[in-house]
Amino acid sequence: MSGESATRITPGNALRPEDIAEKVAAGTRISQDVAEYALRLGDDALILAQRLGWWISRAPEIEEDIALGNIALDLLGHARSFLTYAGSAWGKTEDDLAYWRSEPEFRSSFLVEQPNGDFAKTIARQLVFSLYQYELYSRLVNSADETLAAIAAKALKEVDYHRDHAIQWTLRLGDGTEESHRRMKSGLDSVWPYVDELFADDELIDRLAGVAVRPSELRAPFDALLAQVLDEATLQVPEVQPAMTGNRGSQHSEHLGYILAEMQVIAREHPGATW
Amino acid sequence: MATAAKTPVTEAGQSANRGSWPLWEVFVRSARGLSHVHAGSLHAPDAEMAVRNARDLYTRRNEGVSLWVVPASAIVASDPDAKGAFFESPQGKDYRHAMYYKKSEGVKHL
Repeated sequence: MSGESATRITPGNALRPEDIAEKVAAGTRISQDVAEYALRLGDDALILAQRLGWWISRAPEIEEDIALGNIALDLLGHARSFLTYAGSAWGKTEDDLAYWRSEPEFRSSFLVEQPNGDFAKTIARQLVFSLYQYELYSRLVNSADETLAAIAAKALKEVDYHRDHAIQWTLRLGDGTEESHRRMKSGLDSVWPYVDELFADDELIDRLAGVAVRPSELRAPFDALLAQVLDEATLQVPEVQPAMTGNRGSQHSEHLGYILAEMQVIAREHPGATW
Repeated sequence: MATAAKTPVTEAGQSANRGSWPLWEVFVRSARGLSHVHAGSLHAPDAEMAVRNARDLYTRRNEGVSLWVVPASAIVASDPDAKGAFFESPQGKDYRHAMYYKKSEGVKHL
């Protein structure tokens, strides 16, 4: 930044996806395992961003359109960084990975693929995901992989806000009217079967000790804060059985195909187009 | 904001109807040492959400270090039709400005 800006608007100096792309162009290459891990992180953020973007123009008030749109853009930023970094293992760009992979090649969790439902269900999904993601990123900042740590450090401040947004709405809907309480409870019940998948360890996590965060370690702090929030919101932790999920493999919920069709159609109809 | 909004400020959860969220006026302090400056207004169900909405609407490009939100209904505004009585009567009264006065001889340190 040069000169004095009258409005004092500055972009700040956090790590951007473009910085990572530059390092990749300069020769940074990562292992298949690290790339696979970065894909999981990036795909969760990407698919949830795509889901949340639907709310723009459809939320209860324009202020909420903006709040959810803002959260979606934050997540898209995380996805861009993680996918750019992952792509260095295969010589692919963030766009190659976002627009040209097919459904079985995605590594998103079932939770982020779940439909938006009503506003309460979206808030329930946000509550679960942002509590999980906050615990995840707050440990990923200590990763032995400096790039993953730097992406997490930037993203953590954003997720802190996503978490607050979800908690505030959970309190208001849960402890609001009879109808808002009913909807919030129903929303929690419908996303709950997909919670366990977020906290499952597997061989990739074992191989990446020191680099990856062990998902199972996040469960206790997640449960503690969630119970506290739900208690204050006069709600209970759902007693719903876990669903069969894809465990970060090639199997996905029936929703992902539709999400990708919408997300990828323009890029695929006009390959290489820029604007 | 010429007139104060008549919408009552509701407690959390009480505004069941769509479109019944009260109006809030937003003030942003852009840097330490400067005053909060009126930035605009927004709707929110209560004060806590108003501060959050203000953050999303008015500080997403590093514009601020502090935010105030005030229920629009709490602001009492001057009447735009009373411009003459309120704001035009000082016209021609130059003696209300320091520059009207000449420096007296022999007065030091002015």
